[in-house]
Amino acid sequence: MDFDLNDEQKMLQETVTRFVAETYDFQKREHALRTPDGWSREAYAGLAEMGLLALPFAEEDGGFGGGGVEMMIVMEALGRGLMVEPYFATVVLAGGVLRHGASAQQRGDIVPGIAAGERILTLAHGEKGLPRHTLAARTTASASGDGWTLDGRKIAVLHGQSADTFIVSAITGEGLSLFLVDAAAAGVTVEGKRGYDGVPVATLALSGVNVPKDALIGATGQGEGILARVFEEATAALVAESVGAMAETFDVTVDYLKTRQQFGVAIGSFQALQHRAVEMLMQLELSRSMAILAALSLDSDADQRSRNISAAKAQIGKSGRIIGQEAVQMHGAIGITAEYKVGHAFKRLTAIDALLGDRDWHLARLVEKRGVYPASA
Amino acid sequence: MKLDFTPEETAFRDEVRTFLKEALPEDLRRKMINRDHLTKEDTVRWQRILNARGWAVTHWPVEYGGQAWTPAQRYIFQEEMALAHAPEGSPFNVNMIGPVLCKFGTPAQKDRFLAVTANIDIWWCQGFSEPGAGSDLASLKTTAVRDGDHYVLNGQKIWTTQAQHADWMFGLFRTDSSGKKQQGITFLLLDMKTPGITVRPIETIDGEHDANEVFFDDVRVPVENVIGEEGRGWDVAKHLLGSERSGIARIGLSKERLSQLRALESRLAADGTLTDEEQRRLAHKLAEVEVELRALELTQLRVVAADAHGGGANAAASILKVKGTEMQQRMTELVAELAGPAGLAMPDHDHAPNDPDDGWIGAAAPFYFTMRKVSIFGGSNEVQKNIIAKTMLGL
Repeated sequence: MDFDLNDEQKMLQETVTRFVAETYDFQKREHALRTPDGWSREAYAGLAEMGLLALPFAEEDGGFGGGGVEMMIVMEALGRGLMVEPYFATVVLAGGVLRHGASAQQRGDIVPGIAAGERILTLAHGEKGLPRHTLAARTTASASGDGWTLDGRKIAVLHGQSADTFIVSAITGEGLSLFLVDAAAAGVTVEGKRGYDGVPVATLALSGVNVPKDALIGATGQGEGILARVFEEATAALVAESVGAMAETFDVTVDYLKTRQQFGVAIGSFQALQHRAVEMLMQLELSRSMAILAALSLDSDADQRSRNISAAKAQIGKSGRIIGQEAVQMHGAIGITAEYKVGHAFKRLTAIDALLGDRDWHLARLVEKRGVYPASA
Repeated sequence: MKLDFTPEETAFRDEVRTFLKEALPEDLRRKMINRDHLTKEDTVRWQRILNARGWAVTHWPVEYGGQAWTPAQRYIFQEEMALAHAPEGSPFNVNMIGPVLCKFGTPAQKDRFLAVTANIDIWWCQGFSEPGAGSDLASLKTTAVRDGDHYVLNGQKIWTTQAQHADWMFGLFRTDSSGKKQQGITFLLLDMKTPGITVRPIETIDGEHDANEVFFDDVRVPVENVIGEEGRGWDVAKHLLGSERSGIARIGLSKERLSQLRALESRLAADGTLTDEEQRRLAHKLAEVEVELRALELTQLRVVAADAHGGGANAAASILKVKGTEMQQRMTELVAELAGPAGLAMPDHDHAPNDPDDGWIGAAAPFYFTMRKVSIFGGSNEVQKNIIAKTMLGL
């Protein structure tokens, strides 16, 4: 049992935390949100320069072979800065599909571009009218000539408006399958919106989109298995990101309690607020424990992994809500203004709960598995 | 980073497991499972079995009978004890006065008390709280006035757990009221047979008699029974209340309760007590409680690991008392919900053994009621939050 980071991990933590603190303050973020992309190419290039975009990929693909702990470190730091750049969409989600499903040829074609920050990929999976976090899809891919023709509509595609390539899930005769779709292909329509958390989000319409044979990732029918694995890794990453956002929210709130004066004293001298700040700290530490558990579970057997990751996501759903709501409340009116960081953290925490299965979804999965602890424990 | 215990720790776990399997008397194990009342003799018997193995007072310094265990070993030992349904020894002997004597006792006091404390040849009770001094403990008023080689005690203690069984009391008494209230408090040991002591029972909401009032009427205590210095008792008390954080959340106990809940879930579903809808709701509640227990367990392990490096201030440690007690209470609350109207009938007051199959039903609600105390004693959860706000948050 050991909860210490090794020297390399400590260095990674120091580097990325300093990068976020020094180059991505709240004003920079606000500025990025107002650009046409809605995020900062400069900041993303900075992540590329540090090698973070290559982090989880295998060394033979030009990556660093980083595991769950390294991803936790990076995501927590990005969470502190409420970074809206496409790291999660491109490196974690699309990158995860590439790592777990793509051929060496496909990885060789795509990973270097991702690592350099030149290519933006994202996963297009969710659809309207289906359960909100499911491996099912209604989008179809039918064999046509030497390739496939895709038809369907995808929602909540993170950074869809910036993507040069989509990874699209679609039903074939053998079940759910994954395809690389060029954003410039005929029949692709992207309708972009700004997410309430600042992260751009899009609807992707596919109307008779033809893709070549080698656009298929893995074999037909392998989509479910690949996505299930990727979603677990991505959930662990989101849990870590939420811990960063919670930690930042907590720190800002405690500072505010010490400086905001009312009735002639700092409001942090009031016991009603002190106890609530302590509850925030407790929720933060419970969540941090679960982020560690999730990160360390990625290489466990499938059953234990999914129990631990669902437990972690369920925990941060609750803790994130408590910390976000309490931070806004204790700040008072300033907490609900767009010009102040806490409200944005609250919104990102809300989005994180909604993504990849909310607290209720993961609790339901735990019910199905008869709990967090295996029966023998 | 890794979660697994080392091979040495796993071997230690097996050793503890094997010992408990062989050494824990079956009748005691049954009583624990059935939530039967444990007598003083039950506790003493088990403590002596542990003591013979050298495992009664493991966190005392080695020269006084402790074990040079790592924090991980202490955690494992405590968890295995709970999972094996082993009774806990007397906390007053093992966790409170023992460590105080080891740190502050004179050589003569150590010789006189440590071995008999470890073996519960004497049973201790704690005289801290008073009617006017609960959370504000330092405002205690029971006086100890010097008279030659003795102090003369007058006043009253309250909530004194198991005073009716106790041979000796350790307590806080006011020897000087001229300065700050934390000053002028003296930590004393006294024989409960001393003339002038009256113990009066307090019945608690679970129908049990565990708490007492203790009255002092010109009780003479020899000066040699001061622990530390006269007037410095507050420092001794702070040490006592601050020790032993590896087990403060009592994760093992909550895990044992969880396994009871899981067993009841299956049984009550099978025998038709729970409707499908109730089963669904219960399963959801259990999933919620397990998520939090897992988070708490990991937090406890982080503290254990930090303690292995010398510990120090740790945000994770401060939450364990508050969240650990909330968790213990939640478990008993769920069992009481499951007992339902069948649980209205209280267990027999003569402490006849509970029925092995259905005993839990009558025990459920009283246990729920009495467990409200865990967020009150030893510094209420509100006091804990005050401390965390001050020390961790600087508020």
